[in-house]
Amino acid sequence: MIKVNGIPVEAEGKTILEYLETTNYDKKRIAIERNGEIVPKALYESTMLNDGDTLEVVSFVGGG
Amino acid sequence: MIPSKEEMYQALEERHGAKLQAKFQNAKVAVLGLGGLGSNIAIALARAGVGSLHLIDFDKVDITNLNRQQYFVHQLGQYKTEALSETLKQIAPYCQVKTTTIKVTRDAIKELLEQEDIICEAFDKAEAKAMLVEGVLEQFPGKYVVSGSGMAGISSANTIKTRKVLSHLYLCGDEVSDIKDGLGLFSSRVMVCAAQEANMVLRIIAGEFEP
Repeated sequence: MIKVNGIPVEAEGKTILEYLETTNYDKKRIAIERNGEIVPKALYESTMLNDGDTLEVVSFVGGG
Repeated sequence: MIPSKEEMYQALEERHGAKLQAKFQNAKVAVLGLGGLGSNIAIALARAGVGSLHLIDFDKVDITNLNRQQYFVHQLGQYKTEALSETLKQIAPYCQVKTTTIKVTRDAIKELLEQEDIICEAFDKAEAKAMLVEGVLEQFPGKYVVSGSGMAGISSANTIKTRKVLSHLYLCGDEVSDIKDGLGLFSSRVMVCAAQEANMVLRIIAGEFEP
């Protein structure tokens, strides 16, 4: 089990990219922190989620 | 007659207290994007007496900006960096204003923001917001970023809040109202969001890290 924005999710063993594909997140409009460290988009494909990981996904909308 | 540097500083000290004003004076803040958010943020920070502001934008003042951005008709066609720094001189003549007129890319972040303590994201496009936030937090893990997301439309201003969403990221806005859904931007609601961003910047400078 991992936690995404505080909510338990079964995504261990998946990469961040694989996890995102199961959600409605738009990859270009988010920023992700894994266990307190930012994960650049270029590493979504190679970063594996492990049991106990904490993921924070911040989503942005347009306007400013 | 423009007041002297000492007179201006003393007036701020009287209002804010000497300890806090010294912190504001020493702070270096970058504002990226000088639209409805950024122009209002920069003015609020200059009024508070933030000592150094770095204004960054590629665009020129357009007639469609006047509904919410802090520009004047005589500034139409001017670069926003130039127009806004001209306005800031009228408000805070001794604020050190640095301007960079470029479209920010990921590769530019390091050199552009190395010197700044706090980064204020005020772009228009969601993709640009995500790029900047990710780039700054990756390259400068110790810096704080304050970002705006969700202020379009005229639904209640009470839904605009500040949340600490990552270890060094504060997000201001309702987080849902998106211009892509055809919502317009209105000065009042954009100013609420800009004020939240500026206030969070001042709180961080003051050493207060709760949103």
